[in-house]
Amino acid sequence: MKLFNCVHVGAKEISPLRVFGIFFIPNQIHQFGVYVYSTPKFATTKNIVFMTWKELFISSIGKKLVMGLTGIFLITFLIVHAGINACIFADLPFFNSEDNGEMFNKAAHFMGSTVLIRIMEIGLFAGIILHIVQGYLLELKNRQSRSVAYAKPMGNDGSKWYSRSMALLGTLILLFLIIHLGHFWVSARFTHNGLEPVVYNGVVMHDMFSLMKVTFTEAWVVVVYLLGCIALYFHLMHGFTSAFRTIGVSNKKYLLLLNSIGAGYSFIISALFALMPVAIYLNWVG
Amino acid sequence: MLNSKIPAGPLETKWSKYKSTCKLVNPANKRKLEVIIVGTGLAGASAAASLAELGYKVKAFCFQDSPRRAHSIAAQGGINAAKNYQNDGDSTYRLFYDTIKGGDYRAREGNVHRLAEVSGNIIDQCVAQGVPFAREYGGLLSNRSFGGTQVQRTFYAAGQTGQQLLIGAYQALERQVALGNVTMYSRHEMLDIVMIEGKARGIICRNLVNGELERHFGHAVLLCSGGYGNVFYLSTNAMGSNVTAAWKAHKKGAYFANPCFTQIHPTCIPVSGDHQSKLTLMSESLRNDGRIWVPKQAGDPRKPNEIPEEERDYYLERRYPAFGNLVPRDVASRAAKERCDAGYGVGTSKQAVYLDYADAIKRYGKIEAGKKGLSSTDEATIIALGKDVVKEKYGNLFDMYQKITGENPYEVPMRIYPAVHYTMGGLWVDYELMTTVPGLYALGEANFSDHGANRLGASALMQGLADGYFVIPYTIGNYLSDEIHVKPIATDHPAFAETEKQVRERIEQLMNIKGTQTVESFHKRLGKIIWDKCGMARNEQGLKQAIEEVRQLKKEFWSDVRIPGNVNEYNPELDKANRVADFIELGELMCLDALTREESCGGHFREEHQTEEGEALRHDDNFMFVSAWELKNEHDWQLHKEDLNYEVVKPSQRSYK
Amino acid sequence: MEHKHINLKLEVWRQQNSKAKGDFESYEVKDISTEMSFLEMFDVLNERLIKEGKDPIAFDHDCREGICGMCSMYINGRPHGPWEANTTCQLHMRAFNDGDTIVVEPWRANAFPVIKDLVVDRSAFDRIIQAGGYVSVNTGNAVDGNAIPIEKDKADAAFAAAMCIGCGACVAACKNSSAMLFTSAKVSHLALLPQGDPERKSRVVNMIAQMDKEGFGACTNTGACEAVCPKEISISNIARLNAEYLSAGLTS
Repeated sequence: MKLFNCVHVGAKEISPLRVFGIFFIPNQIHQFGVYVYSTPKFATTKNIVFMTWKELFISSIGKKLVMGLTGIFLITFLIVHAGINACIFADLPFFNSEDNGEMFNKAAHFMGSTVLIRIMEIGLFAGIILHIVQGYLLELKNRQSRSVAYAKPMGNDGSKWYSRSMALLGTLILLFLIIHLGHFWVSARFTHNGLEPVVYNGVVMHDMFSLMKVTFTEAWVVVVYLLGCIALYFHLMHGFTSAFRTIGVSNKKYLLLLNSIGAGYSFIISALFALMPVAIYLNWVG
Repeated sequence: MLNSKIPAGPLETKWSKYKSTCKLVNPANKRKLEVIIVGTGLAGASAAASLAELGYKVKAFCFQDSPRRAHSIAAQGGINAAKNYQNDGDSTYRLFYDTIKGGDYRAREGNVHRLAEVSGNIIDQCVAQGVPFAREYGGLLSNRSFGGTQVQRTFYAAGQTGQQLLIGAYQALERQVALGNVTMYSRHEMLDIVMIEGKARGIICRNLVNGELERHFGHAVLLCSGGYGNVFYLSTNAMGSNVTAAWKAHKKGAYFANPCFTQIHPTCIPVSGDHQSKLTLMSESLRNDGRIWVPKQAGDPRKPNEIPEEERDYYLERRYPAFGNLVPRDVASRAAKERCDAGYGVGTSKQAVYLDYADAIKRYGKIEAGKKGLSSTDEATIIALGKDVVKEKYGNLFDMYQKITGENPYEVPMRIYPAVHYTMGGLWVDYELMTTVPGLYALGEANFSDHGANRLGASALMQGLADGYFVIPYTIGNYLSDEIHVKPIATDHPAFAETEKQVRERIEQLMNIKGTQTVESFHKRLGKIIWDKCGMARNEQGLKQAIEEVRQLKKEFWSDVRIPGNVNEYNPELDKANRVADFIELGELMCLDALTREESCGGHFREEHQTEEGEALRHDDNFMFVSAWELKNEHDWQLHKEDLNYEVVKPSQRSYK
Repeated sequence: MEHKHINLKLEVWRQQNSKAKGDFESYEVKDISTEMSFLEMFDVLNERLIKEGKDPIAFDHDCREGICGMCSMYINGRPHGPWEANTTCQLHMRAFNDGDTIVVEPWRANAFPVIKDLVVDRSAFDRIIQAGGYVSVNTGNAVDGNAIPIEKDKADAAFAAAMCIGCGACVAACKNSSAMLFTSAKVSHLALLPQGDPERKSRVVNMIAQMDKEGFGACTNTGACEAVCPKEISISNIARLNAEYLSAGLTS
């Protein structure tokens, strides 16, 4: 595919600039991810079949794309996260009341022990940060598109409240995330505050299970975690299918399937997470 | 003497000979020539796109907020083309013949044959543009049949063919806008033609957003401004559709042809009260399956479903056993009026007849039951099955009816009544689509040329696109090739200043009347006069009376109209006043034309001229001509006759018995 | 259908011009037949205002049969009013009850500046089409209409997208004032047809660039656009648009 011919600005044909392999299309400046064009009206483009990587990711669809791709990445992460944490339920009398968090501690140890997973952790943070930054930029751009609000807004007529409140829900989740990282990740990675060693089969590990038990003895913490899970549930209810739409799933059959999977996923993940503090607080485990 | 410039030679070769012998403009010169196009419907948008593609500098104007809104968009049924994809014997000649006959032998053979010749190219062009016509499972184009023909030649896109064709032309136009070949002026209304040395050289238009008058120069001016059906106030035209552009041209010397030829469509939703602002058409295709009736007892107060079969008068089937409910539009309309005038009308207004689907539902239900192998099934199942079939075929029309009337047409018969739909008359043009003013052209419904006294269904779209895509690109070159030495005339030329001054004075005059009656009330009164006396049936006495009444109305309008607001702002009432003032003048000419045409033909029915059975009676010996009217003075027109010579087709009396 | 006469209170946005500051004004309308269309009710009110020497309410309208896309009122918190798959001009007074208060606002979006009262400037839509919403085929270039068979399903899907009337209700309904449904309808219409294939990449890239430039927001898949669309254009067109954009971005 030929990249592109030229850009018309008014009557003039201007060739694009290529610096270090990056194309700069004249007549447009990138600013904070928002396109600002030097001419207020139409700049005729002809035969442009060319998009810079930058453009691909910062145009309105590009922004969505970043949100969608990072969203799907985070959705995958949540499965892993919930899977590992669900190991605490191995201590339920139904399974093995003698487990005492052994399964969970081993899994948590595994997650912190290999270089590969450490690298993935960096990727995860990059994804989260991208998701947050792009999310806020998107919200900012979208809020700027209507300066005068309706006296009588549409409300829930035609859309779900949580679909319209992704930024709010995301902010709640972010707040929760900060608390949550403070509780577990900071001490697991850096301070080791409140972490006792525990030995399984001759290997010394951190007793994350005990840390959980201590953390969730306080009622307010449990409540905060529950609220976090509720926010997560609604965020996922919209985010799951929306992400797949954004990457271009338009087939009705698959969309319907994704809707169901999305609803199921959102509920199971959120409920699983919510059950953890509750189970510990109510002494179902540990 | 009117020269229609029909090329000599056999009918089949006239257009090809014209194309190969007309003068051309070389590409370098095209860039120097500017063309103004007023109106962006099918004719205007297609002409603007095609001329811009050729290299002309085009300026296009429309009063709507976007060229995509033009009223061509509302055409439902389809577009005819002599493709003969169905292998059912269609040909260019047959399309030509059907159109001439459908027009009741009042159209030019040469023009109509050209129309039939290019009809196939239109379909090709539209498909190439991405118009999503209906297709068969094999992926090929689908056709349906339409009134007045025996072949299936109508291409369609569900019930929205006009919309899809217009969007195709609009996209082609916007492409040229993007390429800088067309400058688009939306929310602009043309208010006069600028004449320099006897040629049309530009227009004065009003920017409808800020009220400013603008001057635009063009080597030629194309009027593609549609028909004048809104002279009746109530019609199926859009609220903004108007005669102003054509009328201004008429005032500058362009002859107006056959103004009394107006088409009344039989299947519209009836008027519900004085508040009614416009009428809505229900596609003619409904008559394929529906049965039309009125009660046998005048003023029967019963609900339609309570009236037993033997007390219903299926008057079309009774009067026209051969064609039944499928008689042409003019015949069906007049028959409905006859019943209602005789006191058999239904509904609250008594100005409606029933269009009943109960039989069709049962018939389709039985077929469906047969297909499903349900040999003995109950009535309710059959009706349910039948309703599904009808829904699939006409669902969108039934929904529309239900929205407007609040009645469920699957349960109770629809009420319909004829309404003004299309105007066959318009600016007189020659074979090249030029009016009697040099450099001034009229395309599409704005001209008079192709439909004679009555238009067949699915032919309006065909004509608009034929004119814009395939006729004007050739014929305009024949004129502009002599204009290549004319430098663009600066708009400070005295002729521009003078014309703008006249426009400004007229606007100020209107604004300064500061009377007591609204523009709308005048329009309603005009519509009533024209509808009552120059509508579906006309007679000498009524027409004479109507002329007096319209003249009186004009006086009253110019002394008592009230227009709110100011000149230099967005002022829809002022726009409307400008249009209604022109409609009033046109109304008088329509009645005059109807009065002088002492025969019945097509949409024009003079009560004095009918057969013993009440059918239209043509007088070919005296009226085989086009009436082209030249405006001399206020209330004073001179008639020019363009004789119609039928060299190929033999005119005969239409019979649908 | 039985009809009756009702009395209503209207709260209508009045704004002299694009620069003026607007505000709501209240009107009482009496004896309105339920057989009237919503716009005819405005006609009645305007006739009265003119007679009273007041400025009538400006609103856009033309065909009044739901196809031209010119009418544009935001009625009681919903573009085109309470009925599904409907335009303002086809809304009838049957939809309201005696004594109701109806709030009427113009489309609200910075890309659609108010011209006067309820009239907004939607020329941004034209410029989006100019950026690529067409097939580059000059008149006379076409091959026979049946030369390229098109799968019926695809032709039907293209038609379903091409039904868009460009009214702007999607933008008005969207919390982000996004024009994604409008743009996706045109991109889908042409991408689904073989005729639109040669330009599909440049089309989607340029149309989205223009859409962003006009100041519309980005889509967040809330679905409000689809819910109010008078022609029921499906939101799956937006997904198709995304796929087109992604594929153009990755392969060019």
